Amino acid sequence: MTWIPNWMHRLASPPAFYAFAGRLQPWLWGASAALLGYGLVGGLALAPADYQQGEGFRIIYVHVPAAWMSLFIYTVMAGAAVIALVWRIKLAECVLTSCAPVGASFTALALVSGMLWGKPMWGTFWTWSDPRLVSELILLFLYVGISGLQQAITDPRAAARACALLAVVGFVNVPIVHYSVEWWNTLHQGPTITKFDKPSIHVSMLWPLLSAALGFTTFFAGVLLQRVQNELLWRERGNPWVKEAIA
Amino acid sequence: MSDFLNMGGYAVYVWGSYAAAAAVFAWNLAVPLLRRRALRRELHAGQGEAS
Repeated sequence: MTWIPNWMHRLASPPAFYAFAGRLQPWLWGASAALLGYGLVGGLALAPADYQQGEGFRIIYVHVPAAWMSLFIYTVMAGAAVIALVWRIKLAECVLTSCAPVGASFTALALVSGMLWGKPMWGTFWTWSDPRLVSELILLFLYVGISGLQQAITDPRAAARACALLAVVGFVNVPIVHYSVEWWNTLHQGPTITKFDKPSIHVSMLWPLLSAALGFTTFFAGVLLQRVQNELLWRERGNPWVKEAIA
Repeated sequence: MSDFLNMGGYAVYVWGSYAAAAAVFAWNLAVPLLRRRALRRELHAGQGEAS
């Protein structure tokens, strides 16, 4: 492990990370509130109505950031899972298990907001013949499965190992979700923002969307740190630093 | 104002999505904070046996 920088080693120690997470959190909450605030005002009021979907398109400011988060959180979780499997770093195990419930909540939000968008625009809440919809649902099952697995196994290290294996194997679903709209002919529209030519969305609609997406991301970071802190407190209970931290 | 609330006839879908988002954000904030409170109580009471 000599190629891992020294500061990383130090930061991965539970007391150091606990303190670091505590210092970082107020900044994340502040940034998230500002970015979400602009995203909300920009998305609901400043952006013009869409020429095809009218005011209904404003669901995009919930749906797209939530869908991005569903994939982003899974990627973070799978990265932590690999680190946990290879180097057995306790912090990585805590990150892995803390990601699952948060990821599940954003995946559920992506699905629910997508259904509420699909009903008026496509005429249906749900269809089993659309790969984007079905693969996103599988993503939700993966998150719920990992979360359930963690709660079912009492020994935290064994639980993290099982969760890590499932997370790594399940990662195969992430590119499937992302590329489903290109690989198959779907009801779901293709990418609007993340394509190589210019995004096919006007800046007055795009900026609030990017702001909301960053707001979701910083919010996730804050929640993740809070949850990881909790995990560390519980796993390290009895250690002097924990007594100090909760004094 | 009622125009804004009406969302061009998409009120149920637009506000439904934003309400779902608010619920998800509230849940994500509340759960770790409540867990922290429970942890503090538990660790103070038990003085924490070694793990």
